Formats: sequence, structure tokens, C-alpha cells
Amino acid sequence: MGWIGETVDSIKSLQIRQVLTQAVSLGMIVTSALIIWKALMCITGSESPVVVVLSGSMEPGFKRGDILFLHMSKDPIRAGEIVVFNVDGREIPIVHRVIKVHERQDTGEVDVLTKGDNNYGDDRLLYAHGQLWLQRHHIMGRAVGFLPYVGWVTIIMTEKPIIKYILIGALGLLVITSKD
Amino acid sequence: MHSFGYRANALLTFAVTILALMCAMASFSDNLNHPSPSSSVQVLNVNWFQKQPNGNDEVSLTLNISADLQSLFTWNTKQVFVFLAAEYETPKNSLNQISLWDGIIASKEHAKFWTHTSNKYRFIDQGSNLRGKEFNLTLHWHVMPKTGKMFADKLVMSGYRLPKEYR
Repeated sequence: MGWIGETVDSIKSLQIRQVLTQAVSLGMIVTSALIIWKALMCITGSESPVVVVLSGSMEPGFKRGDILFLHMSKDPIRAGEIVVFNVDGREIPIVHRVIKVHERQDTGEVDVLTKGDNNYGDDRLLYAHGQLWLQRHHIMGRAVGFLPYVGWVTIIMTEKPIIKYILIGALGLLVITSKD
Repeated sequence: MHSFGYRANALLTFAVTILALMCAMASFSDNLNHPSPSSSVQVLNVNWFQKQPNGNDEVSLTLNISADLQSLFTWNTKQVFVFLAAEYETPKNSLNQISLWDGIIASKEHAKFWTHTSNKYRFIDQGSNLRGKEFNLTLHWHVMPKTGKMFADKLVMSGYRLPKEYR
């Protein structure tokens, strides 16, 4: 029974105040990340203010692993803009360029056709069966700026989840064990 | 206080901050460039012009496009995406934009060009409004930076008109 007593003593010797401090600092990190994300959502007006490019269909402009900053304003959509859109029945949003726009006289609704710079044909093959045009509600935002390579972190983490767990574990350990 | 982890952390934070600052400055420096591009487009021929079975007008054009976009390039420019769009108004639509030709310019050396081409994407109206229609040809460009904010602008060339009859 001796070693159990020792363990209990060593747990008791951890000051409760220090444990609380670690818990609070961990909570602060998580909440500040959440605050930044939600603030970005408010500023850009887009559901997902930052997206990672997953395919090479916009090369050489955007490569796999680049990060795009999105903005969703009331401004009308025009040809040439790079938009991120969701097609009914597809989960992953697509980043492509607008090549045709038809805007209604009376309602202001738009019919939009997109194409990837690196693709041979337009996107009608990617749209839902029988869909010829994208409407406003399909579009999540337009790309306004970009940062190369940074998105590789998330691509690696989604494709190799083990690395994600190792990273989270290591960071957690670091926060808990750090003394300053 | 002076452990390895602490120093590595400080170094990494500093490096990332400097990198972010350099990216921001590179993106900002694009604002100091005041480009003065020029362009001209001729419609050489109307190859054919007809009404599709579904009632939409379609036309095929041969174009001669020349442009000088060298002044758009700065040290932070990765590429310039350039396209020519036909823009017109119909009773149904307040704006129709149809891309007819596009291209990617990768370097300043290739930014002064001319090309002789038929329209790369189909010029189809929503409806049957193209006979005798006056339209603008607009050269748009989107500057993609190596990092940071993207720029776009255009040159409108007006006074083009489609024939009055199908052919």
C-alpha cells in the first residue's frame, strides 16, 4: 500500500491554485481562437471566412494548400470574380472563376456560370444534374486575398488524423506542464 | 525561464511575426503602383449567327485582341488573369456578361500581346435579343499577387454591333 500513499501525497502536493491556473490558461487559448474565428465571420459576412484550396483546378493561380480569405458583401457578382460555391448534393465547396453573368432587370437575381482556370470546360458537369446556372444562394463568398502554403497544415491533419492527435496531445502536455 | 522550449518558442513566434509583417508589406507595396494598361479589339468576322432550337440566340465571332498590360506587373505579382467579356443589356436582363476569351499571363515579358481568335466560350443570349444588338467589349484583368490582396480592373471598349439578320 506504500506506493499508493506516495502517489496520493504527490497529487496532494500539487498546489490546487497552480492546477486552476493551467485550466484557465488552456480555456483562454480555446476561447480566444473561437473569438477570432467568430469575429472574422462577422467582419467578412461569410459563413467560412477562410478556406483551403483542395484541388488544382485553379492552377497556376491557386495551388493545393493555399489559403483564401473570403468576403461576402451585398455587391453584385460580376464576371472574373473568384467565388466559393456549394452545389446541392456536394459537401465540399468549390473555388472557381465566374465566366458568365446574367442579372435580371426586375428582381436583380443573377444566373452565374463558373469555370476553373485550369479546367478545359465550364462547370456545368460539376453542378447538380440538369442545373445550368448558379444562383446567389449557392455562393458562399468571393476570394479577396490569399496566403500560400499555410493550408498544408490542415490538409495534412485531415488526411493523417494521427498527426492531429499527436499535435493536440503535445500542445496539451506543454500547457499543463509549463511552469511560467 | 531559459529552457530550450522557451527559447524555441520565442524564436518561432518572432520568425512568424516577421514573415507575416513582410507578407503584409509586400501586399501593401502593390498600392504604390499606378498601372496604365492599353488595349484594342476588332471584330474581324461574324462566323455564324443563329437561333438555337430552344430559342436562344448564339453567335460566333472572330476577334483580334491586342493589349499592353506590362505596367500591371510588380515584384509581388504572380500572374495576371485577363479576359474579354461581351457586355450588353436586354429587356429581361439589366446586365449580361459573357466571357469570350481568357488567358493567363505569367510574366511581364508576355504582357504585351496580340491574338487572333474565335470566341473560346459560347456567346449565347438568354432569349432572342442579339439581332442588331449594340454591345461593349470589356477587357478585365485580375492581378494575383504572390501573397496578399488581389486586384482587378477593366477597360471598356464600346460601339460594337451585331448584324441585323441571322447568317
